[in-house]
Amino acid sequence: MKSLSEIETVSKRASRAAGFSWGIAEEIGKNIRLMEMFGINGIRNLNYYFKIKNKKNFEQVNSISSENKIKKLEFCPIASGLSFLDQVRSLESFGEIKFEKIAYPLLFVPFISRASEVIGKKLQLTIDNKFFLLNYNNSIYSNSFNDGIVEIGNNVLVKFCKNTDSFEEKEWDELYKLSENTFVEENESSKQVGAGAGLTDND
Amino acid sequence: MNVELRDPNVVMKLSRLGSFHQSKLSFLRSFLKEFKDWEYSRDLFELDKSGYGVAVYSFKKNDRVYSLICFANKLDEKERSDRVIATKWDAAFTLHDGVPTKKDIDRLKKEVPKQEVGRLSYKELTLSRANKSVRVFNHVVDCLSEGIQPDVKLLSKVGYLYRTTAVYGSGKFGLADRFRIKNRKEIYGPFRLEMMLVYLVRQFTFDQVNHVAKNKNPKKAVSLDLNICTNLGIGNSTGLGMAPFIVNHPTLLHNWIFARETALKKIREIKEVKVKDIKLFKDCLKKSLKNITSWNTESEYQQKKIKSLLQDLNIFINFLEKDFNFSQEFAFNKIYFWVEKNCDEECIEYIVSMMMEPYDEITSSLVTQMSSEEEKYFNIPTERTIEELREIIEKRYSRVLKIDFSKKENNKNFWFISKNKEEPRLADRFEENGSDLEQPLAIARDIKKLHESLTIFKNSSTIDKFLAKNPDLRHVVRRAFIIEKFPYSEIQDNTIGKSAIPIDMLRLKLSFFGALKFDPRSDKWLRICMFQGAPLPEQLKNYNDHWIYNSLN
Repeated sequence: MKSLSEIETVSKRASRAAGFSWGIAEEIGKNIRLMEMFGINGIRNLNYYFKIKNKKNFEQVNSISSENKIKKLEFCPIASGLSFLDQVRSLESFGEIKFEKIAYPLLFVPFISRASEVIGKKLQLTIDNKFFLLNYNNSIYSNSFNDGIVEIGNNVLVKFCKNTDSFEEKEWDELYKLSENTFVEENESSKQVGAGAGLTDND
Repeated sequence: MNVELRDPNVVMKLSRLGSFHQSKLSFLRSFLKEFKDWEYSRDLFELDKSGYGVAVYSFKKNDRVYSLICFANKLDEKERSDRVIATKWDAAFTLHDGVPTKKDIDRLKKEVPKQEVGRLSYKELTLSRANKSVRVFNHVVDCLSEGIQPDVKLLSKVGYLYRTTAVYGSGKFGLADRFRIKNRKEIYGPFRLEMMLVYLVRQFTFDQVNHVAKNKNPKKAVSLDLNICTNLGIGNSTGLGMAPFIVNHPTLLHNWIFARETALKKIREIKEVKVKDIKLFKDCLKKSLKNITSWNTESEYQQKKIKSLLQDLNIFINFLEKDFNFSQEFAFNKIYFWVEKNCDEECIEYIVSMMMEPYDEITSSLVTQMSSEEEKYFNIPTERTIEELREIIEKRYSRVLKIDFSKKENNKNFWFISKNKEEPRLADRFEENGSDLEQPLAIARDIKKLHESLTIFKNSSTIDKFLAKNPDLRHVVRRAFIIEKFPYSEIQDNTIGKSAIPIDMLRLKLSFFGALKFDPRSDKWLRICMFQGAPLPEQLKNYNDHWIYNSLN
């Protein structure tokens, strides 16, 4: 079994050899490490992407808008991912961002995962029928692992999730009430000597 | 009194970094301190009469066990080479996480002796190999087998029975990634498991030499005297492979230097130095002179440095005994100023190391802060402005911005990875091929290029826009934002210039390891000695932390 350190180093060097700058190669190395750690086929997709990269000259997207359409060929997953990561703070106001045709779109996933960490919000990524929920770069929830090599994502959509509760207020109240059973009624004297700044410390 | 931390533009110069010495912060010393209470044992020792076979040594505490597995093999004289380019060695080692099963040992027997072309698993933590100093090893065997102890002068001159030639960890060749073990409290200090491997290898060398001598002449043979063992270490040959490490791990480098600088600052801020601390400082300083007078090297470069160090130290000791009053306030601060004014870099950094000796309470907490979570600082803050980036560069890289890279001598070399060994190398870009495959280690040159490229961007423009137009500078944009938070993260010098001495980079790292007696064999590789004078595993429970100055050599 290859270690994650080997995976990162080899991916970085291969990316440099494939024509990317060292700075971008470093990003790719980190990304492939993340993919393999999260159980997504990073090495396989990167390998196949590099095999056709120089033949197909994929399109760049330097400035991301809410709808990104290709002129001729598919978007490069690295260039679009990197632009998304670098610009993510200014993209949030769009709410959702569409890409038409991204080549080897699984390579786009770790950029979105890292972007989720950068802005402190969960992001949803849909690549055709594959769904990914990116949780602050701590974990990835998906209906699509071990997909092997995915050559194209025809419709790619990134949605910024609002930082809201995933539950009803009523459900919270019920659970809170149950948690109160760990509290002890205090008498007047302990109230006087032990009172701190607030009613609870939310610990 | 508040003493300022020393200026990174001074401390991070190559010549200064290349003058660093071991200290209480060094990893081999902090390793011994951490593991002194662990239970040591030799679990397996199956060597034939010539000393070839398998041995296992372990450190154990509660449920945690670390086991060194040693494989000693016959090596033809012609095949013995210390350089990293060798393919066979007298012995090969791996540190296994837990107690190895017979199946593990059988698996590792096939892989460990192959080193870089073997495959390890997540159950193995570090990997190394070593060659005998044949002259010394054979001499010791001959003497012991005749019932006499070896010539201490010869042993003292060399300092070890075996030399390691590389110690690998952190995921190399399939070894466990650091993330798997990083939360273990006992390895909070950097390179702790690498140090454990070297330390246990040292014990193996003594056991092996005794075993061979005993088998050579069972009736007459004696064991190597324990005092002689204590005064032998493990040698190491180190080449350029180590140099890029400190460039590739900027936040780690910062944490090492920052710990050293913080210790110095706190010591200089001590208002009244206690009598017992004065005594310990002077005692260690005087005893340490033996480590300098027994420092042998054929390198003229190093000989000059040793000579200057010895001269400066004698002047300093004279000053200390005759002219200096330790009862004055902030005595160590005054000493520091005197040393800065009167001594060369080699001696300044020597005294800085010595000042730490009495102050366990200062260094102990710093030792645990010398690792780094590098991933946390990888993302570039692309929302920041060009103006902010320019200010960082001008503040933090003022020294390197003055270098003129249009001059051939300042742009002479390039770093590359060799095809045959996948090891870093340095070559002349005007005479050798391959500069198009240059590694991103010419930080000073690239920072200067970045600074120049910023001039055509508006101050208010953001970094994401700059990166879209300048992808080739992305690696240095990242570094600039790292140095903003970590001022000691960069070498403030030109690592590709004609006058750069690569072994200065090795010396920096090796001093933090705790190595002694740097012996440059060229400007690109050197030999050192580790653990010379250190307690043996059986003596660890009650050892003296200042053992490094108690060597008989």
